[in-house]
Amino acid sequence: MNNEYSSVRIFVTLLFAMCLRIVSLPESLALFNPDWVLLVLMYWSMAIPERVGISYAWGFGILTDVLMGRLFGQYALAYSLIVYLCLIWHRQLRQFPLPQQSAFVFGCLLISQLLLFWFENLKAPAQLHGSFWLPVLSGTACWSAVYYVMRSIRRL
Amino acid sequence: MRLLIAIIASVALLITEYRSERLMPLRASLSVLTDPLKYFVDLPISLFTHASEALTSYETLKKENGVLRQEQLINKTQLLKFEALEKENIRLRALLENSFKLGEQVLIAELLSINLAPYEHIMVVNKGTRFGVHQQQPVLDANGVVGQVFRALPFSSEIMLITDPNHAIPVQVNRNGLLTIAVGSGISNQLNLPYLPNNADIQPGDLLITSGLGGTFPAGYPVGVVDDFPQTSNKSITHITATPKALLDRNRELLIVWSNSTPVPLTTPMIKTPAPHE
Repeated sequence: MNNEYSSVRIFVTLLFAMCLRIVSLPESLALFNPDWVLLVLMYWSMAIPERVGISYAWGFGILTDVLMGRLFGQYALAYSLIVYLCLIWHRQLRQFPLPQQSAFVFGCLLISQLLLFWFENLKAPAQLHGSFWLPVLSGTACWSAVYYVMRSIRRL
Repeated sequence: MRLLIAIIASVALLITEYRSERLMPLRASLSVLTDPLKYFVDLPISLFTHASEALTSYETLKKENGVLRQEQLINKTQLLKFEALEKENIRLRALLENSFKLGEQVLIAELLSINLAPYEHIMVVNKGTRFGVHQQQPVLDANGVVGQVFRALPFSSEIMLITDPNHAIPVQVNRNGLLTIAVGSGISNQLNLPYLPNNADIQPGDLLITSGLGGTFPAGYPVGVVDDFPQTSNKSITHITATPKALLDRNRELLIVWSNSTPVPLTTPMIKTPAPHE
């Protein structure tokens, strides 16, 4: 596949994931809205690790920070770290069946959410409820869907 | 190696932003890239509202127009009295050698229906520094105080609602002038009043208005109404709450207020100075 074409696809999917991140949902559903940007980044870094690496993760992390109005650098840090993990293990991950991949995704989302939890508490010791952790579960549940959709986009 | 650079860069950014406001220009310029996404997400909903507005029948519009005209008339007559009262207030304050703040200027901003973080009460509106909006400006709606500008970007700004758990607003009970602070509860449509003494004279149904202390909010705007609480002899155990007057989750139009920060010296004759734009 042609290089320029694929980077267009990478950008469009990531921007779409950013839109999904801020889409307005009823409150009960909004609690479950997973970190789409991270899921898409993870897919690309597993599928084409030679193209999508830490620089993409960091750049889109910074943009997500601005979009979501978080402290500068917190998403950038979390995304770079997770994408790094995906890059080291991308060969094994590609061999894994989906349930096993989902388990890995669960671990990654948990690490990223832990980092975010720490930064949110740094900004203001807010009363974060248990629902703060729900996106980890919903993100894991969404992984197989993300995987199939992204694969069909990649093979288009 | 790249990971190391990325981590160092993010931590450096985190520390600078945590310590100071120096990164605001960078955030503002990057937000030019991300703000189109906010408008894009908002687009279907605003299109829907515009369409439903366009499709309302002539009859409903006529009816609405009539109601609005009546309201306008009532409001106007009340304003006539208000002007006289304001003048009188200024004169009385002059006798007391007190200063008086001039009126406020407002800008109407429309809410973008996007959701940043479900655990925070932050909303995004479509007016930013391009319109002279700046940090810590009070935001109102037609019924009362909504919140304050938390972060102003060029094309949008983030508004922290008074119900956010990190927000506190100095208030006073309209009935007797009792001063206290209303803290956001994290629940929509509820404020907590944690700093009341045991013998505080407060009753269910009391109107809370801004006290003007702290300087962010101009004095005299309604904030909320005290909820029912069990009348026991020991009020310290009862948890007193209030309901915000503003329709926090139902309004699409908000008012961003510029309060004239220079009090007018009252020994000189009154001159209406135009409110500054920035």
